Amino acid sequence: MRYDLAVQLGDDALILGHRLSEWCGHAPTLEIDLALANIGLDLLGQAQFFLALAGGSEGQGRDADTLAYRRTEDEFRNCLLVEQPNGDFARTIARQFLFSAWQELQFRALAAGSDKAIAEIAEKAVKEVTYHASFAADWVIRLGDGTAESHKRMAEGLDWCWRFTDELFSGAGAALRPEWDARVNAVLAEAGLHTPKPVRGITGGREGRHSEHLGHSLAEMQYLQRAFPDAVW
Amino acid sequence: MTAGLPLWEVFVRSKNGLSHRHVGSVHAAGARMAVQAARDVYTRRMEGVSLWVVPSAAITASDPADSAALFEPAEDKVYRHPTFYVVPDNIKHI
Repeated sequence: MRYDLAVQLGDDALILGHRLSEWCGHAPTLEIDLALANIGLDLLGQAQFFLALAGGSEGQGRDADTLAYRRTEDEFRNCLLVEQPNGDFARTIARQFLFSAWQELQFRALAAGSDKAIAEIAEKAVKEVTYHASFAADWVIRLGDGTAESHKRMAEGLDWCWRFTDELFSGAGAALRPEWDARVNAVLAEAGLHTPKPVRGITGGREGRHSEHLGHSLAEMQYLQRAFPDAVW
Repeated sequence: MTAGLPLWEVFVRSKNGLSHRHVGSVHAAGARMAVQAARDVYTRRMEGVSLWVVPSAAITASDPADSAALFEPAEDKVYRHPTFYVVPDNIKHI
């Protein structure tokens, strides 16, 4: 039970952190480059804590690195949203906005939850995530309420990501939906953007059924540990 | 993209009790985003507890051509320096 939850939380953070690291050196400005890398590093730190907790509660000697670098994609439990390719800056912002708004709500709930080990990590991480959520929301507003081109790209980015949001609220997660909807809609209204039309959500990440993108991402992320197991430097 | 964005000067207060100190500048579309950019660029390693950003355009600078008239007269007025006082050991940041 704790293993399942900790792996989900850790994999979400690990995969999105890796995606954001792909922006390093490529972002539109130095300021955004550093901001995205900072967020990626925050997520990587969260992944380390959650995966270490997962490995410990599993009790089979797997540590955070083993879980991160030695599992195949069907063993990953991240949501599909975080593994989606970066696309342009607007799509990256859309993904971050939708995810961080959810992650903040989830961590606030977990911080008050009964599993003390998870609550401790969530309580520490929620400060970071609050910033991620506000950073992304500000950019959604800036791009949505910007030029015709930025508005178009922001709307396209949201459309691309929208079908992966249902998965965030599967099972017990459904309780977070009303507050998430309210937050997202408020930002979109301020940005002059329409809430995307309901689509049939794509799910499966939590069961290990991933899009083709995750495998490519893992190939890059895991290459070194696969080629040189236990390498250190 | 950076070229189209206004420049902001960044000031960081490294801890309570000290004054904000100029550390550099960032490009940002607005004041709120300038604070975020300054936070990400200049306080990632716990450098500060407070940030100011000021539009660079709002700063009026002295003219380098005037520096002789402005600054050099102070050079030979050593009696204006408080070097004749003994500063107690436990007074910091002077």
